[in-house]
Order: sequence, then structure tokens, then C-alpha cells
Amino acid sequence: MKRAVLLALFLGVLAFPAVFTLPFPRHVMIMIFLYGALGTAWNIIAGYCGQISLGQAVFFGIGAYTSTLLFKETGLTPWAGMAAGVLLAVIVSRLVGYPVFRLRGHYFAIATIAVGEIVQALVVNWDAIGGARGLFVPIIRPDSFVNFQFHQSKASYYYVALGLLLLALAVTRRITLARRGYYFRAIREDEDAAASLGVDVAREKLYALGISAALTAMGGTFWAQYLLYIDPESVFPLSLSILICLVAVLGGVGTLWGPLLGAAVLVPLQEGTRVLLGGTGKALDLLIYGALIILISVFQPSGLMGLFTRARQAGSAR
Amino acid sequence: MGFVYALIAAGLSLIFGLMEIVNFAHGEFLMVALYVAFFAWALARLDPLVSLPLTAAILAVLGWATYHGIIRWVLDGPMLAQIFATFGLAVLLRSAAQFAFGIDFRTVSQPLLAGRLSMGPVFIGVPQLAASVTALLAFVALYLFLSRSETGLALQATAQDRQAAALMGIDTERMFALGWGVGSACVGVAGGLLAMFFYIFPDVGAPFALLAYVTVALGGFGNVPATLLAGVLVGLVEALGGLMVTPALKYALVFLMYLAVVLWRPRGLFGRF
Repeated sequence: MKRAVLLALFLGVLAFPAVFTLPFPRHVMIMIFLYGALGTAWNIIAGYCGQISLGQAVFFGIGAYTSTLLFKETGLTPWAGMAAGVLLAVIVSRLVGYPVFRLRGHYFAIATIAVGEIVQALVVNWDAIGGARGLFVPIIRPDSFVNFQFHQSKASYYYVALGLLLLALAVTRRITLARRGYYFRAIREDEDAAASLGVDVAREKLYALGISAALTAMGGTFWAQYLLYIDPESVFPLSLSILICLVAVLGGVGTLWGPLLGAAVLVPLQEGTRVLLGGTGKALDLLIYGALIILISVFQPSGLMGLFTRARQAGSAR
Repeated sequence: MGFVYALIAAGLSLIFGLMEIVNFAHGEFLMVALYVAFFAWALARLDPLVSLPLTAAILAVLGWATYHGIIRWVLDGPMLAQIFATFGLAVLLRSAAQFAFGIDFRTVSQPLLAGRLSMGPVFIGVPQLAASVTALLAFVALYLFLSRSETGLALQATAQDRQAAALMGIDTERMFALGWGVGSACVGVAGGLLAMFFYIFPDVGAPFALLAYVTVALGGFGNVPATLLAGVLVGLVEALGGLMVTPALKYALVFLMYLAVVLWRPRGLFGRF
């Protein structure tokens, strides 16, 4: 039954671009996939491993900048650039994670914000890679898969984003079922207890952050190729890091489908209010968005997935 | 600037020490304070320095209302819910300001104090000097309130052990609300002081809030006197870093200093171990 629903949903998603040919619905779906993937990546480090990272934008930006710079300077295909970005993001996650993971709770969260701000300040002032002006991805016609540019329609981007999301979900599922997933959850519940039972806490945390960073960097490369323009304000800001957490928190932290669910609710809301109300320059869209976040935190702290779980429990109790 | 940072951070630290909640809307509280000071000047011709008590009072009410409207409900929730409740409030306040006042930069022109003093090779703006002196005074007042008055001691007791304080007959609920009121009033004073020489726009709070988090964590969460020292340190690093390295990277230097310090002492300079 559950399998059938999922399959039907998946087929529906596959057929979506064939039905909706206008750019806007496709754009909304692409954003849902992208933020779903980013939220899923954050969920690995924060939801399962309990380390609340508010610096995910660092990895996103690394992915975006690495592939774009390589493409611009050497003509290397962004797909290889994506791999390079992933590698660099993992290396950075090690360098950052090694010291920062010694901190706990709010000290850790603020340290990740600090790292994010430092990296953003560095990129803004690094003129060799565009500085505050950002970078344009050289536009090459016609569309080609090798160049990761599709100007004719958004359908190709749609499937790439979907692939990214499925990859993130698959990785998460694999981890949660493996021994490692239990290590992660043990660390989340009680770090000291986990360590005393023989979990190599430092190594597992680095591993979780590495996977999270890799997936996030892939999202960054996708973003660069989708918009064809990147600047520090759009790929490194704290607000992006927060938004990534937000989709996961809204959907349900520490659940497989939570981040996707959160993205599926938040992204249309954001894009919709932006289109309907955003043009006035009055920030009405953000006003609603802020109010919604408060309401969710107050009334549904376990996220939307909590609603499902509760409904299911009520159903089985009957 | 260090004293102003310290005052902003002190409000944050007080709230955190009391109930282990980081107020991510702290910068937006500052923004509100700046607007209050601005409109007091624009509508009633009150200099920010004169309207300071008013600004502090309005902010205290805002903090009190925030506690009763939002915080009380997430107090027992997970840490993430607390983070996002205050973050949502930040977005709400910021966009409300943009909605109501637009995104134009505003300044209080012709403040009561202007010009600058020169002490040898060093120039100090008079408003800045007045701001730092007043901020220091406010800080001392806060410290005396916390350590000398009965209410202040009750606040500290609540921060140390909620249940024990309740058993001693302290109304912890009231203390929490009071903590939010006092903490926000600190921001109100800081905002009123900043209004004398700073631009006022909806996003103004963000960098200050980031610096406040760093300042609080640097001093050790919940330790109000240590916040003063940390605030001065942040102000110094910012000013000297801007002077000696490059102004563009001064905030990066502050954050770098934070990382260096917490790696050496994971709970801040004077944190409780």
C-alpha cells in the first residue's frame, strides 16, 4: 500500500514536466527538489547526528564557486567541476569540523555561523575570484549535457534536480539503516554515553559532516548552472544556511521524508507569496513567512512529520 | 563601540543565562529601538539621548510581550524549536519594519551632540564618546541591579536553578518575563545611543546581532560581567583590525578571534565549567 502510493507519486513527479510546460511550475518544483536535497543533507548532520550546523552555505558556495571557476578558466565540464567541488567541500568540512566539533550546543551553532561569516567575508574580498561582483557562468549554445546548460527548457534541470534529491534521500536511507546510523543517533542522544560505549564520536561526526557537505556542494554546482550567475551574497549568506535548516525543521528533523515535505510546503509558499506580493517592495511575503515560522515552532515543534506520526498512532490505537 | 556591543550582548546573555534560549531576534530588537529613537526625534523633536528612557521602556514591553506571546510556549520544546521561534520573530519584525517604513536609510540629523574631540593624534566623535560612556553607565546599573537588589538576586537564583528558586517562593514565570524585559531594555538603551550616529534601516540589526552572539559566547553564556570584557575585546579587535589589516575584513577577524578563543576554552573566556 505504502509502496504503491510512493510509486504513483514518483511516476507523477516524472511526468510533471510533460503536463506543466510553463516555466513557473517547473521552477517551483526544481526549487522544491533543490531545497529538499539541501535539507536532507543538513538532516544527516543535524537531524541524525544532532550537531546543529548553521554554516551549510559554506559548502553550497564552495560547490558553486569551484565548478564555475574551473569551467570559466579551464573549460572543464561542470560535472567534473561538481566532483571537484564535492572533494573540496569534504576537505573543508574536515578542516573546519576537526576543531569546531569540540564545542557543544550553542557554542557549536555559533561557531558554525562564525565560520560561514568568515568565508563569506573572504570571498567578498577575494578579487581574483570575482569578489563582491560575483561570477557569470560563460553561456555556451546550443544546449548540451556536457556543459550542464539547458537554455531551451527547464525540463532538463528538472530531472537533474530530481536526481540530486533522490541521491540525497538514498544516502540518508542507507546511513540510517546501517550501523553508522545508530552511531549517529547515539551521539545525538548523549555524546558521552555514546563515547563510553565505544563509538568514535569525533570520527563519526566528521563523517556525517563530510557527507552533508558533499551533498550540499552538489546543490551549489546545480544552483550555479541553473542561474548562470553567482555572487557571495547569493551562495554564502547566513540566510541560506538558515533556510536549509528551516525546511528540515518544518518537515520534521531526523526523519527521512521530513526535509522534502518541508521544502514542498515552504518553497511554494515562498515563491507564491513572492510572485503575488513580492513586487511591491513591501516585504509582505517575508512577513507571512516569519509569522508562519513562529506558529510552527510554537504549535508543531516536531514538524509536519509529527502530524503524520500522531495520526498513525491514533489510527492504530483505535 | 565596545561598550555598546557589550550592552547589546548583555541583554542577550541575561536572557540566555535565565532560560538557555538564544534570542535570534536580538538584532531586530535593536532595529526597533533605533526606529523608536528615530520617530521620537522626527515626530516630537526629542533627541535620542533625551528619549532614551522611552526607548528602553518600549523595548522592555516588547521583550515582555515576546516572552508571553512566544517564548513561554516553546520553553519546554526542543532547542531547534526555540531557535526557529525567535528566528521567525526576527524575520517578522524585519519585514514588518520594511512594510511600514520602507527600505530607505534614515538618520537623526542635527543631534544634540556633534563634532569631535581630538586627543593628540586620536579623534573621537562626541556622540560616540557619549554613547560609550552612557553604555558603560547602563552596564554598571544593570550589574548593580543584578547583584544588589532583591529582584536581581531572585533573577540570578532562577538562572541557577529554576526549581530550587520556585521552591524558595520565587515566581519563576515572572522572573522569566522580567528577564526578557530587562534584557530587551538593554537593547533599547543601546539602540537609543546608536541612533545618534548610525543609519537606521530594516536590516540594521543583523551585523550587530551576529557580533552580540559572538560577544556573549566569548564571555561565556549567562555571565553578564564577562560580557562587558568580551564586548570591549570585540570592539578593540574590530577597530584595530580595521586599522591594521583592512576594514573589509574586520568582522572576519572578530569571528576568527571567537573561534580561536572557544577552541582554547570551549565555554568562553569565563564560562562555567
